[in-house]
Amino acid sequence: MFLKNLKNCLVGSVAVAAGALSMFATPQIAFGEEKQYFPIASSRVGPYSAMGTGYYGAQIDYMNYVNMNGGVNGVMLTWQECETEYNAVKTVECYQRLLEKDGQRIVVFDTLGTPGAYAVINRMAEDNVVLAQYGYGRTDGADGRVWPWVFNAASHYWSQIAVKMKFMAEQEGGIDKMKGKKIVHLHIDSAYGREPLPAMRSIANDWGVELVEISIPPPGLEQQSQWLQIRKEQPDWVTFWGAGSGMNSTAMTNAARVRFPRERMMYVTFGAAEEDMYPAGDAAVGTYAVANALPGAEYPLVAAIKEQVYDVGKGNLNDESRVGSVYWNRGLGAAVMWIEALKNAQEMHNKVGKAVTGAEFRDGYEALNMTEARLAEIGIGGMVAPFSISCANHEGAGKFAVMQWDGEKFNQVTGWEAPLDPAYIRQLVEDSAAKFAAENNITPKVCP
Amino acid sequence: MTEVLFFIEVVVAGLLAGTMYSLVALGFVLIYKASSTFNFAQGAMVFFAVLAFVGFMELGLPFSLAFVVTVLLMVLVGFCTERMVLNPLMNQSEDTLLMATIGLGFVLEGLAQAAWGVEVRRLDLGIGDFPIEWIIDVFGLFVSALDLTAGIVAAVLIIGLALIFKYTRMGLGLRAVADDPGAASSIGIPLKNIMLLVWSAAGVVALVAGMMWGARAGVQFALVDLALKALPVLIIGGFSSIPGAIIGGLIIGATEKVLEVYVGPFFGGAIEGWAPYVLAIFFLLYRPEGLFGEKIIRRV
Repeated sequence: MFLKNLKNCLVGSVAVAAGALSMFATPQIAFGEEKQYFPIASSRVGPYSAMGTGYYGAQIDYMNYVNMNGGVNGVMLTWQECETEYNAVKTVECYQRLLEKDGQRIVVFDTLGTPGAYAVINRMAEDNVVLAQYGYGRTDGADGRVWPWVFNAASHYWSQIAVKMKFMAEQEGGIDKMKGKKIVHLHIDSAYGREPLPAMRSIANDWGVELVEISIPPPGLEQQSQWLQIRKEQPDWVTFWGAGSGMNSTAMTNAARVRFPRERMMYVTFGAAEEDMYPAGDAAVGTYAVANALPGAEYPLVAAIKEQVYDVGKGNLNDESRVGSVYWNRGLGAAVMWIEALKNAQEMHNKVGKAVTGAEFRDGYEALNMTEARLAEIGIGGMVAPFSISCANHEGAGKFAVMQWDGEKFNQVTGWEAPLDPAYIRQLVEDSAAKFAAENNITPKVCP
Repeated sequence: MTEVLFFIEVVVAGLLAGTMYSLVALGFVLIYKASSTFNFAQGAMVFFAVLAFVGFMELGLPFSLAFVVTVLLMVLVGFCTERMVLNPLMNQSEDTLLMATIGLGFVLEGLAQAAWGVEVRRLDLGIGDFPIEWIIDVFGLFVSALDLTAGIVAAVLIIGLALIFKYTRMGLGLRAVADDPGAASSIGIPLKNIMLLVWSAAGVVALVAGMMWGARAGVQFALVDLALKALPVLIIGGFSSIPGAIIGGLIIGATEKVLEVYVGPFFGGAIEGWAPYVLAIFFLLYRPEGLFGEKIIRRV
């Protein structure tokens, strides 16, 4: 009898919890209000949960905040979540599931993952949906003439690796000092891990740097083979391109095992979060990383969200201390761009106070001009680099700030840095996009 | 660093990593010995146990008390599994039980994350994951103190469990149940108690494995995937052999490291994810019962 009761109790609890969750999963919008629907292809469970909860949590928090303040010119934001577990197959499934709701189609899709972005990228033009790759994804998507529906704003991986190599050169005393140096690119064995390689190989070749590529099979909790190879190679620098807190923290503990100095390691943006550093403890101290959105809770918008959303118990994160962390601020930066694009689209198409279509949203996204003044007005001045997007250039700033972990927090060590030669990186992007266009019989759009 | 010394270091690192795989594999063996079921939930049990342990410590419990409470929790998990999953499925096919353990794995993963959250936790056992100085001085090898401790813990666990199963009444009962549950039951061996005991023991082994892995890589969801590392270990060592778990672990650990370092570069690297399975396939072809498993001959 006891067991039967226990079973009933468990089933009942699960049902109540599911009901409660479904209430929170979608926002409450009054009947008759104009709505704009957004998809949240989140990754809240699994090895990549720290990344997903922070990033998508911020997007939901910001949309709640916008709704609490009257929406976007009166248009209230609605959204629906689907769990991808950072899995490309599930991302496609979620894309299909989220594509339409209550007769409204999504206008933007954010996979927060390069494998997922590659999986859906060819659907975007057909479905009239913007693929917003906020600092990740397919790099040559930054050529808007070939990929009108794909954006890397405000930076992509080729700019990121170029900024890192520039930083290394500065540490070594100049580009001429890089000749003969050895860099190991230690990466997850996936499209994401290999994404920066074309630019990295090209720069290494130009500078006379020896590049050694070593890959890690996911989930990467075991990296002894890779770090023994690094010990043997004796590189001057290691660029780490991992995913998931397990892989990211294990790399640092393994570096400590072979006594590789953490001050010679540069982490990718998706390994550069507090959740990636904490598990490694002292082994993480000194590690460099780059950011496309700096952490910090002192930004006015972050403070306002804490006050208006979290203080009334409507925050998306259980742990409020994560508000202002790397992943949360990055999600906020991405969500701000959605809303700015929506405002632009409404104004450009005389639809102020009305929902917009995918094509109109795309125009609004392409018209983004996030000046220093505008960023300050929104309340994130200094958190992200100012940028603007154009018809041909879907990257924007291409800038990153270098940070260093001190055991408790990241400290910013540079300002917003661009690659040494942005035109060189842009040429690589255009060449890659042109090759793709030729292979797929795409006629590039003519931009004014 | 000479090539020979480097090779030795690769092999030693592999052997030590292998003992970590053995710790996970041991939990599988315990359950397989009693019920001939491959427990797909073992990876989830590792995650569940160590996350609960860290969670209890976050609630303010001291290390030792948190360990005891988590052991009791794993006994409770074993009890619930026996009563809610195994008992209702008594006399069902092995395939049914296998599917039930897959479901159990999902339940444990979900419960753990719902109860304690998804944040990655640091677990400090007081053993540094740094190379031991005197080994560097004497042998020139970088061997982590944590890895060495894990190896000793695995050896102690395996010897202890092997002695219990060989020389105690409980072990005798377990072996009888493993041989023929019906016959064992007919002579008065309490099947339910044996199952409860085995699942509880597997839970405790999962906790120990989780603590060692958690100290190394953080307490996080990726620990669930450790089950994938244990599978080739079991195929090679034999699903029902406790010593086989450690021998299989050592073989897999050393082989995957040597292959990754010396062969991996020719294939673009990252071959240690699948190389152990290739080795396991060879064993399945030529010695399907593994090195120490019981040869099963069925009348057809």
